[in-house]
Amino acid sequence: MIQIALVFAYVCIGLSLILAMWRLWKGPNVIDRVLALDTLVVNGIGMIVVFGISTGVETYFESALIIAMLGFVSTVAYARFVLRGNIIE
Amino acid sequence: MIWDILIAVALVIGAVFTLVGSYGLVKIDRPMSRLHAPTKASTLGVGSLLLASILDAYSSGDGSLHEILVMAFLFVTAPISAHFMAKAHIHRGTVAAAPPTLESGETWACLDKDREEQPADTSA
Repeated sequence: MIQIALVFAYVCIGLSLILAMWRLWKGPNVIDRVLALDTLVVNGIGMIVVFGISTGVETYFESALIIAMLGFVSTVAYARFVLRGNIIE
Repeated sequence: MIWDILIAVALVIGAVFTLVGSYGLVKIDRPMSRLHAPTKASTLGVGSLLLASILDAYSSGDGSLHEILVMAFLFVTAPISAHFMAKAHIHRGTVAAAPPTLESGETWACLDKDREEQPADTSA
C-alpha cells in the first residue's frame, strides 16, 4: 500500500514541478517568477522527503532542512531586490 | 497495518495538496490572487508529506521528531515570503486597487518610488 502511495506522490509532485516550471518560464512579471521559484523549492522539499521515505535513509531530512532555509532566504532576497533595488541597506 | 494506512493516507493527502497548489499557480490569472495557491496549499501539502515521514520513522522502530523542525520552519517562513512578494506587487503596481492614501500626507513604504534619489540618511 505504501508503494502505491509513494508512486502516486512521485507522480503528483513531479507534475507540480512541471507546472511551477511552466509558470517560471511563462510568468508575465518578475514576481510571478519569484513565486514560481519559491514553489519549486517547496515542491523539491516534498520530493526529497518522499525519496527519503522510499529509501528509508534518515539523512535526506537534513538536506530538506538546508534547502528550506536557502529557499526562504533566496525568496526574501529576490523580493527585496525588486522592492528596494538592493538587498541589505 | 495501521501504520501503513496512516502513512499512505498522509502521502496521498500531501501529494494532492502539492499538486493543487501548483495547479493554482498556473490556473489563476491575476498576479495577486496567484500568491494564494502555492503559499498555502503547497505548504500544507509538504507538511503532510513530512508527517508521513515522521510516521514512517515511528513504524520502523527508531522514531524521531526531526521533521517537525522542517515543518515548523516552512510554516513560519511561508507567510513572510508571501508578504514580501505582495509588497513587491504593490510596489510594481500589478494590483487591482492601489492602497488608500494616508491622511497625514505620508506615502506607503512600498510605494516610495523615489527613495533612491533622496540623499542618504547619515544619522543611522
